[in-house]
Amino acid sequence: MAKILIKGGRVISPAQKLDKTCDVLIEKGKIAAIGKGLDDKGAKVIDAAGKIVTPGLVDIHVHLRDPGLEYKEDIASGTLSAVTGGFTSVACMPNTQPVNDNQTVTSYILNKAAQEGHCRVFPIASITKGLKGESLTGMGELKELGVTAVSDDGKPVSNPQLMRRAMEYAKPFGLTIVSHAEDLDLVDSGVMNEGPVSTELGLKGITWVSEDSATAREVMLAECTGANLHVAHVSTKGSIDIVRQAKKRGVSVTCEVAPHHFTLTDEAVRGYKTNAKMNPPLRSAEDMEAVRQGISDGTVDAIATDHAPHHIDEKNVEFNIAMNGIVGLETALPLSLQLVEDGVIDLPKAIALLTSGPAAALNLPVGQLEEGSDADIAIIDTELEWTVDAQKLASKSKNTPFDGWKMKGAAVCTIVAGKIAYQR
Amino acid sequence: MSFQHKHVLGIEQMTKEDIQIILDTADSFKEINSREIKKVPTLRGKTIINAFFEASTRTRLSFEIAGKRLSADTVNISGSTSSVVKGETLEDTAKNIEAMAPDIIVIRHGHSGAPHYLSERVGCSVVNAGDGAHEHPSQALLDLMTMREHKGSIDGLEVAIVGDITHSRVARSDIYALTRMGAKVRLCGPGTMMPIGIELLGNVEVFTDIREAIEGADVVMMLRIQMERQSNILLPSLREYARFYGLNPTNLKLAKPDAIVMHPGPMNRGVEISSAVADGGQNVILDQVENGVATRMALLYLVSGVESMQTND
Repeated sequence: MAKILIKGGRVISPAQKLDKTCDVLIEKGKIAAIGKGLDDKGAKVIDAAGKIVTPGLVDIHVHLRDPGLEYKEDIASGTLSAVTGGFTSVACMPNTQPVNDNQTVTSYILNKAAQEGHCRVFPIASITKGLKGESLTGMGELKELGVTAVSDDGKPVSNPQLMRRAMEYAKPFGLTIVSHAEDLDLVDSGVMNEGPVSTELGLKGITWVSEDSATAREVMLAECTGANLHVAHVSTKGSIDIVRQAKKRGVSVTCEVAPHHFTLTDEAVRGYKTNAKMNPPLRSAEDMEAVRQGISDGTVDAIATDHAPHHIDEKNVEFNIAMNGIVGLETALPLSLQLVEDGVIDLPKAIALLTSGPAAALNLPVGQLEEGSDADIAIIDTELEWTVDAQKLASKSKNTPFDGWKMKGAAVCTIVAGKIAYQR
Repeated sequence: MSFQHKHVLGIEQMTKEDIQIILDTADSFKEINSREIKKVPTLRGKTIINAFFEASTRTRLSFEIAGKRLSADTVNISGSTSSVVKGETLEDTAKNIEAMAPDIIVIRHGHSGAPHYLSERVGCSVVNAGDGAHEHPSQALLDLMTMREHKGSIDGLEVAIVGDITHSRVARSDIYALTRMGAKVRLCGPGTMMPIGIELLGNVEVFTDIREAIEGADVVMMLRIQMERQSNILLPSLREYARFYGLNPTNLKLAKPDAIVMHPGPMNRGVEISSAVADGGQNVILDQVENGVATRMALLYLVSGVESMQTND
């Protein structure tokens, strides 16, 4: 395998508290050396002057749709979308067909990722068999295959006793419970955030309480069981505060937020824009500010995209019946860098939220940049200006509310296990 | 000043002048409906499709009669609210309708935003005949026409609207229309039927007690309680609804002595409105229905962009 020398970039690895301008030498898929003036003999040289060199980005909330829903995305296209966005690791949710609740499906995903994937894939198994919320998935056996987290993402585990048992059972296996916190009775048949915009558009609203009450329940159960809880896609002021307070009490809880929740509000739904329909829904400006505050004060551990590809036919319909979700892998980095531009966080913190933060939340062995670690690297040009063209996304699906947006910042080179997986 | 809208998707997009033009045009068309030969050639050769994806008797009939009295060819299609159930998307339905070259599509649909969706996908005019809980512009316009007839002007009127505001497209369109024309809107309904931020839509005040909402009002408009849609979660019983939110001769006395009583229909007698009031001297409910035809004639005429108005045959 060829040697690669990345020369003269600003190397930032929050896990190592590293932030200096130097070279990075890659050999045999590993980081061989980090330092100034490294010998480039026999190495392919990448000039990174003026650019940022970071651990490959880690997205712990992705829907690869494979197996079963390959018309939306598959492991090849989803991981290509990932490396295009600077990601070298993705954790994929189990709501495939069939559901990833057994070793066969987990093995299928791992094998296909090894053969066709452009980056590392970490399957998340379901908490309950078939995502039905009735009985526990065989988590122990799945752990043996490398699964580190379980989730019924897409739907909540409604029965609190079952969630409690899931936490109690998962804990000794070291598995993290990833909660999709939502009270479906409160959601009723709502299709967007409840507020003045839903009233004006005549669309049925989803109250913030549906998320907050569920988040509070999960935190209490984690406090009771001592399990490792990770709250997915936190979108409300109340939920951010619940996690903040829980952390102060020492509860083992982490949380993630999605770029759309710190970038857009429910105003984006106007015109019945189905690419602004997702779950949790885009919230109020006050919620968006609270999410940004949570990012700023350390309540938020990770930025995760909830990359949810849907076919055009599933979005090109009336708002009420459009599918929830948007693709996010190729827009997450510039939207996160915008937080730096806006003064919410500094650049190393933004990188942490996209690398070491998510890796730690799900206990994944990635998100590092040190001698001896796997050579997963993103070279980022934070000044590069580009315009999103949905039709040109690497993802099979084009459902983004950011089509036509002017972005600043992009991965110009993504390296996975010492190989160049993407170059802009 | 002229009417510049190709589509009528809602009152929200209309200015005071737009509403004025529609009401004036409707006034001039009204006379046709009392002639012996109730037909003018204004829209001869135009094709209007009334696409009603949600059940409707009054509005569909009203649009159909309006089109026919203007000599347009009107065709009605009806179907389930959910196009998915039929296996065809609304976009495909729209494209198929468009292939038959209509000039105007009048659409009623259970999903808010469906007329908006249609207007982005067809070349002809789209007129919203009610979409979900969003807007029902022709209803608001006929309401205003009726108020103007009885009160002389909309400006300065105090209009009470009572009922299920959350699910009411009539309320939303009326709020926009009345506010633009200088009226003040008082809303009243059960706490379960009053949506967040409704007061932001216009000159609106929210009341919880029907007596306070009605007191001194010039117009009292009662909304239909959609019995088929209500679960026990929103209302304990219709009996209780009638007691606290129904209009009866006693609470109607709180309104101005010359107040008019309106209802978009169909009425649930004994629920939101007592028969004594529905049939009483203050009710203008059938005037609303009559004006509905003239209002819809005006809308069809104005969106069709016909240059000169020909009301004489």
